[in-house]
Amino acid sequence: MWFKKTKEPKVQKKVKIPEGLWVKCDNCKEIIYKKEIDKNLKVCPKCNYHFRISAKERIKLLADEGTFIELDSDISSSDPLKFKDSLTYPERIKENQKKSGMQEAVISGEALLSGTPVIFVIMDFSFMGGSMGSVVGEKIARAAETALEKKLPMISVASSGGARMQEGIFSLMQMAKVSAAIGRLKDNGVPFISVLADPTFGGVAASFAMLGDVIIAEPRSLIGFAGPRVIEQTMKQQLPDNFQRAEFLLEHGLIDTVVSRENMKETLAKLIRLLA
Amino acid sequence: MRYYLEFEKPIEELEIKIEELKRLSDRKEIDITSEIKKLEKKAKELRSEIFSNLSPWQKTTLARHPERPYTLDYITLITEDFIELHGDRRFADDPAIIGGFARINDKTLMIIGHQKGRGTKERIYRNFGQPQPEGYRKALRLMRLAERFKKPIVTFIDTPGAYPGIGAEERGQSEAIATNLMEMSRIKTPIISIVIGEGGSGGALALGVSDRVFMVEHSVYSVISPEGCAAILWRKDGDLGAEEFAKAADALKLTAQDLLRFKVIDDIIPEPLGGAHRDSAAVAKNIADVVIKSIEDLSSKSAGKLIEDRYKRLRKMGSLEFAGT
Ligand SMILES: [Zn+2]
Repeated sequence: MWFKKTKEPKVQKKVKIPEGLWVKCDNCKEIIYKKEIDKNLKVCPKCNYHFRISAKERIKLLADEGTFIELDSDISSSDPLKFKDSLTYPERIKENQKKSGMQEAVISGEALLSGTPVIFVIMDFSFMGGSMGSVVGEKIARAAETALEKKLPMISVASSGGARMQEGIFSLMQMAKVSAAIGRLKDNGVPFISVLADPTFGGVAASFAMLGDVIIAEPRSLIGFAGPRVIEQTMKQQLPDNFQRAEFLLEHGLIDTVVSRENMKETLAKLIRLLA
Repeated sequence: MRYYLEFEKPIEELEIKIEELKRLSDRKEIDITSEIKKLEKKAKELRSEIFSNLSPWQKTTLARHPERPYTLDYITLITEDFIELHGDRRFADDPAIIGGFARINDKTLMIIGHQKGRGTKERIYRNFGQPQPEGYRKALRLMRLAERFKKPIVTFIDTPGAYPGIGAEERGQSEAIATNLMEMSRIKTPIISIVIGEGGSGGALALGVSDRVFMVEHSVYSVISPEGCAAILWRKDGDLGAEEFAKAADALKLTAQDLLRFKVIDDIIPEPLGGAHRDSAAVAKNIADVVIKSIEDLSSKSAGKLIEDRYKRLRKMGSLEFAGT
């Protein structure tokens, strides 16, 4: 489930971080020169934490330069519930489009990956927490149908809090829709590789993201069905170390491998060669 | 003693008074039958007025009513020869989901459903109807069993959601749900689903990818509970209560009537005045009729056509706008 951070920003800070120049690592809490992180594919040089990156940065990282052709960019959300909190849902969408530079929480397209044509489905957490509503579901289902039609491997990169609350039951139904579309790839021997980035939860984890023929996670990504806070409240006990991290899922047999950002493209290319 | 919900308090007062008068008329010679009749009529009118104007939040509390019929109650009421089949063959048997073969109208069906418990002990045993991954894997095992023997599948949906626990995560709650969604979309026998109480998010949908989906009149089906939605929207504003939950329930459009309007479900199965628990046999009869008719409609389709139509049904789900051509 997508959620807004409700914590108010703390007024007092021990260290003043000049806007834009330095960033604090979410994982090791080190203050690091931003340029250094950018140079390092947005991976913390101190602890190997993989910062969240935008869908556009992800495309640059995975697709051969200049080959990405976007699919289905003409679909937009309606407001079936007439949902309103502090903003109406259409206002919320506009706000997120401005903030993220994305039309929606996912971008799909055809591109070359190390010379081989593939279909990409890439989520962007900065757009409403990467939440899956009707547009996200439709674009993923269509991408899978295109992959099937062209017999091209599909690669998705998930980064999402889950289903989008503002579209209610329509968002829930996207889980079934995208899972059924992935089922058709399986029936026809079209490879589907699912990459899990930080974070992958709820209705996205419990649909296409966990249905990859091969599932790869970025190091230390948080992945699960229920959010850690909900689990802590339900079980009234401390969560184990590393709980819901990529390495935890690997240890429990839930994913195939953990691959660093630096080696992701090469690994995907290798897999596609092997599956061809 | 009956269990009355908050909004039923005026009915409760009247019904208690009627009971008192009945006791009185048994003991004394004064004739108060006409008085009782008058009050009974008034109670019925009151109930009819209240129940025809239920808010989404009131419906949510009714869908969670502790006396509401559960999956096993309906199985007892409408089937013969039910035999429960246990376990996922991998880790455990999850009592929050039950399933097995049974007959309705002389036809063998696989019946699978979420199961809540009645009374503290059984409620805990059933984990309040919140399945572990094993529950979903058992359900899928039973669906494949039904497919192998070409038997239709009926699922009853009634869960607050999949269980959010450490073990559930360790054993792949997401994977279990995702796999059910995908596999249900291509099971080669008819699947009919009925939301009988709470349809709580992905944990409900994992039994609900079907050829026909129905909701019992006062059931609810939603991507998130009103409490969860309220917590996301207004947690920072302090303690949450019925007022906020009611606002969230309104916003989520989670009633059977909303979902029929959205064309997410095929039809609504009526409940007796006062809710399903007032006459579970009557609701069970309505459910049986719908199940028998749906199976008749679907049984003429080939496996290929069945799966094709199920896919088309899912592909239509969504609320979209298209820019230009
Ligand atoms: Zn770090």
